[in-house]
Amino acid sequence: MTTASTLQDDVDPASIAYPGAQAPARRRTVVSGGLRIAVHEWGDANAPPVLLAHGGFDFARTCDVFAPLVAAGGYRVVCWDQRGHGDSEHAELYSWEADVRDALAVLDSTTAEPAPFIGHSKGGSLLTQLADACPHRVTKLVNIDGLPSRARHPDVAEHERTRMLAREITGWLDHRRRVAGAERKPGTLAGLAERRGRMNPRLSREWLLYLAAAGAQRDGDGWRWKLDPSLRFGGFGPWRPEWTLLRLPGLAPPLLGFLASVSEPMGWDTTEDVLRPHLPPGAEIVVMPDTGHFIHIERPREVAERVLRFLAA
Amino acid sequence: MKTLLQHGRISLALHGLRAAGDGRPLLLLHGRGQCAPRAVPGDVAAWPGPIFALDFTGHGESTVPRGGGYSVEILMADADHALAHLGGATLLGRGLGAYVALLLAGARPKDVRGAILCDGPGLAGGGPRPVTPTVVTPPDPTPRAPDPFAMIELARDVRPPDYAASYVLQATQFSELDHPISVCAVERPDWLAAVIEEPGVLVTTIADALARYARVA
Repeated sequence: MTTASTLQDDVDPASIAYPGAQAPARRRTVVSGGLRIAVHEWGDANAPPVLLAHGGFDFARTCDVFAPLVAAGGYRVVCWDQRGHGDSEHAELYSWEADVRDALAVLDSTTAEPAPFIGHSKGGSLLTQLADACPHRVTKLVNIDGLPSRARHPDVAEHERTRMLAREITGWLDHRRRVAGAERKPGTLAGLAERRGRMNPRLSREWLLYLAAAGAQRDGDGWRWKLDPSLRFGGFGPWRPEWTLLRLPGLAPPLLGFLASVSEPMGWDTTEDVLRPHLPPGAEIVVMPDTGHFIHIERPREVAERVLRFLAA
Repeated sequence: MKTLLQHGRISLALHGLRAAGDGRPLLLLHGRGQCAPRAVPGDVAAWPGPIFALDFTGHGESTVPRGGGYSVEILMADADHALAHLGGATLLGRGLGAYVALLLAGARPKDVRGAILCDGPGLAGGGPRPVTPTVVTPPDPTPRAPDPFAMIELARDVRPPDYAASYVLQATQFSELDHPISVCAVERPDWLAAVIEEPGVLVTTIADALARYARVA
C-alpha cells in the first residue's frame, strides 16, 4: 500500500506496491522481424500457456493483478509488450499488421499447440484477428472490451465531414514532421501517474502510481514513460469498424466477450445491441455493471473467475 | 545531388534530378518496389522547373526499417517531409506513388500545386475491401531495399473507393486550383475509377498535365 510520502520524486520505485499485484515470474525476449519484443510470464513454466495481449498505450505489466489470478488457475500466462510499448524496442514503423505479426512471433516462441487467447481493448482486437487468421492456433478467445463497434463520426454534413477529416490528417502529418528526436516529458512518478489518470479517470491513484513505477524509466532529468513518443492517439485510415464486425460470425474458437457499461476516453463504446447479430454461435457476452474500459483492472477477480470457468468448460 | 530528410527514425533520400529551372519544383514519387530515378525521365523533361525524386521508406537509399509496419499513410508522411523541404511542389506519382500523391494532394491542398497520377507498379494496392486475413512474413527478412516487408504490406493495403474520393473532396474543397488532380493512368482500379468520377478531376496526358500545372502560380 502506498502513502503520500511515496509520491515524492526520490522514492525508490521498488518500494511501491499494490494489493494483489505480482511482477512477472519470468522475462524473455523474442525477436520479431529484427525487433526485440519483451515477453513477460506469470505462473508455472510447465503449465498450459495462455496468450494475453494488453491494450494500446498500455504494457504487459498493466496485467500485474489480473495475470497472476489467471495463472493461479493453473496456467502459464504469456504477455508481451507490443512494439514501442513497455520494455520492447521502439520501432521505425507501427501498423496493425506488424502488431499481429509480433503476436504470432510470441505465440510461436511459446507453443506450437493451439492455446487460449485473452486480450484487452486493442489487444483483444489484435488477438481476434490472429484467431481469424490462424484458427488452428487458438482454442478459446476472451475479448475484454475490444470487440468492434460502429462508432464513427456523428452524422454531420458532407462538407463538414471533409473538414474534420482534413484537420485530423493535417494534425497527424504535423505530428510526423515533429517526431524526429521527440522525447516524452520528464516528471516525477506522481506527476506521470497524474497525467495518466486523465485518460484513466476511473483508476485509483495508487494503481496509477504502481503503473508509473513499472512503465516508466528514470533519466537524468526525471521519469519518463517508456512508451515511444512517436505513438499518438487517434488516427485515420481506410479501415471500417463494420469490416471487423463482419468477421465475428465466422470466428472458429468459442468466444467470451466483456463489455464496459461506463463510457471513458479510451473506451470503445461497443454495445451488446450492435454486437449481438454478429456474434458466432454460443458466444457469451458479459456487460459489466458500473465498470469502465479497464474492466480487468477495475474488477480483476470477477473477470479472472469468469475467464477460468470459460477456459475450463 | 542527394539530401537526407529525417522522418522519425527514418532517413529519407531526396534526389535532385534537375537543380535549376524556372518555377516550382516537380516531385516524383515512385511505384511499389521501385526507387527514385537517377536522371530526369523523358516524359517529364518538359517541366520547366527543378525536378526532385524521393525514395520512400524501405526503398532506394532511404532507411530500411526493422520488422515492417508499412502503410500508404506513412508513405504520405514521407512525401510530406519532401514537400516541407521544397516549400510546395507539383507531384507526379507512378503506381503506388500515384495513390500517395492523391492522399497528399488532399492532405496538403495549399502546398500541393497539382497531383499527376500515372500508371506504375502497385497502382491497385490490396483492392477495395479486406480479403481473408493472413499473417505473412517474408521468407528472408534480411534488411535490404526494396524491403521485403514493404513488398508484402504495400500489396495488401485496402483502398476503398470512397476513402480515395474523400481525398479528392479535400483537394477540390481547399485547393486554389480548378483541377488539383490529373489522372493519366490507363489502368483504373476501383479507387481510381471513383477518383475520376469526382468533379474537378482531369483525365489527360502527362504532357498536358505538366503544361497546365507549370502555368499555375
